[in-house]
Amino acid sequence: MSLLSYIIRRLFLMIFVLFGVSLLVFTVMMLMPPGMRVAAYVTSDRVTPEMMDAMIAKYGLNDPAPVQYIRWIGNLLHGQFGYSITASAPVLTGFMQFFPTTLELVLYAAPLIILVGIFLGTIGAVHKDEPLDHGTRIFAIIGYSLPTFWLGLLLMMILYGFAGLFPPGSLSNSAHEVVNAPGYHQYTHLLTIDAILNWRWDIFWDAFYRLILPTVNLVIINSALIMRLMRSSMLESLGQDYVMTARAKGADSRTLYLKHARRNAMLPVITVSGLTFAGLMSGAVITETIFDRKGIGWWTARAALQLDVAAIMFNVLFLGVIYVVINLIVDLIYAYVDPRVRLS
Amino acid sequence: MGTPVQTVTPPKVHPRLDEFLFTARRFIKNPLSVIGLSLILVFGVIALLAPVLEPPKYPDSFKMPHSGWKIEPSPPSAEHPLGTTQQQYDMLYGMIWGTRSAFKIGVLVVAANLLIGILLGAVAGYFGGAIDEIIMRVTDVFYAIPFLVMAMALVVAIGRGLKAVIIVLIILEWPSYTRVLRSDILVTRNKDFILASRASGASHLRVILTHILPNAMYSVLILASLNIGATILTAAALSFLGLGSDTGVADWGQIVSMGRNWIVGAPGNRFAYWYTVFVPGFVISLFVLGWNLLGDAVRDVFDPKVRRR
Repeated sequence: MSLLSYIIRRLFLMIFVLFGVSLLVFTVMMLMPPGMRVAAYVTSDRVTPEMMDAMIAKYGLNDPAPVQYIRWIGNLLHGQFGYSITASAPVLTGFMQFFPTTLELVLYAAPLIILVGIFLGTIGAVHKDEPLDHGTRIFAIIGYSLPTFWLGLLLMMILYGFAGLFPPGSLSNSAHEVVNAPGYHQYTHLLTIDAILNWRWDIFWDAFYRLILPTVNLVIINSALIMRLMRSSMLESLGQDYVMTARAKGADSRTLYLKHARRNAMLPVITVSGLTFAGLMSGAVITETIFDRKGIGWWTARAALQLDVAAIMFNVLFLGVIYVVINLIVDLIYAYVDPRVRLS
Repeated sequence: MGTPVQTVTPPKVHPRLDEFLFTARRFIKNPLSVIGLSLILVFGVIALLAPVLEPPKYPDSFKMPHSGWKIEPSPPSAEHPLGTTQQQYDMLYGMIWGTRSAFKIGVLVVAANLLIGILLGAVAGYFGGAIDEIIMRVTDVFYAIPFLVMAMALVVAIGRGLKAVIIVLIILEWPSYTRVLRSDILVTRNKDFILASRASGASHLRVILTHILPNAMYSVLILASLNIGATILTAAALSFLGLGSDTGVADWGQIVSMGRNWIVGAPGNRFAYWYTVFVPGFVISLFVLGWNLLGDAVRDVFDPKVRRR
């Protein structure tokens, strides 16, 4: 199969999955009574029951499900996602406000998670059944077993509560004032990037300092999966004929491990790395809640407690779309670097 | 040319028993497996003996007793060996009865998922064709949705509580079981002994139940044992976010979330309330660690790819 026809087939499949995701999200929404779903249209907190009933009738929340689905999809395509009580703004406005915080954390955490995973996995495979291997495996199983919220709270208790380091939040009050003052350009809304672009290293440090603990939390919990995959993939790769040949030809072990074996062993890791990136977007709910970083995870958690239906459903849908798109990109990269994938 | 006659010594014990002993020996040889099993056994005993260890004070035994309404947690004392949470809920009581909640969540969710996964996976894998296509595309959709966020949305939709958490985890986790069983069945389906069985007139149901499932079950059982820990972590996370049980119910995740307000201690003593967060989180970690070690052990022992090496 040529690369082009592979891409076309995958795009077709993606549209199908997106339709399925929208159907699933809609089904979850329809599980809620109309009185709950009407929250997406309520923009003030002074609403009488009569006004609610009028709104339910106006927006057709008692219509047959297929009719409502088509109307809902139409609204989505027109960019109408409803009103979020927790953001006190239309959902899209709220999203634009919260998303950069999540993106910034993920942009720091994801590469670190992947690097730490690949590094520890390689060490484990190269030193199989030696103390170093056991050490990395114990690290992995602990990472698997610790609740994210507990590790986060312990880190906070010791480093912030006791030692007074690494305060929660995403900026100090004074830095917050600087960022919102006229003359400071928020090009990307990513705090550290904007700080560099404005050449304000004090702001950069302020934001970066507060990113450290949440990043460490995510790395400890999430690198175990990649580490395990890398270890088994590397072990398999070390047993291949071409590695044996290189060894027989006298390649020194460093070249052997890093150049010959690891390159091929990294292939399966590409897939999981992409998914890690997508998964972190939703997986940051707990970390954001604990470290008081106002991103979409924090927002969704708040929305869930206050029955802010519009915000929750939008975030599920958005994160689903992100996941599908990243998955597609990863598969295309994979098909490009490993021709065996498209041939099968 | 006479080949040397091979004398086959008949095994002293029944072959099945021999296999079992081999498995048991492999299991015991790995210290991590033994640690995992011991942890789960200890938790199991605690859950069983909960009414003896901490006699319930209310008709609903999952309701934690509390002495007074004082906001600040009290440190460990003779009366409260593990201290109290905020509003004076006894920590030890919460930990002991929380073990029952945790077992309930883990076992119910995984058992229901095994059932659904086996049913749908067997149908999809054995019959193939349109029904296979439909079931697999549905699992694709489930794989695409963000797990924790969708779980939160579903809990909101069907109403908060421990029961809702269990239902939601069942709804969201079945696809992986279905996929694993299906791909195993695809391998088994075309083996000669299946064709022989069909040819001799066995019904589809009989072939699935007596020939296919016993041979294709292992992967899905391994998945189940590895998944219990993750399931309990997700349930605890939902409770921590305030979407699980009500305040005062013996549920570990919920007890950690009560401790959240106390991570910064009193002015003179920064670690004044360390136990409110440390104790429940540590217990969750031990429980999950036990299942994960046990799951790894089950995989190493049963997975044919690792087994005989």
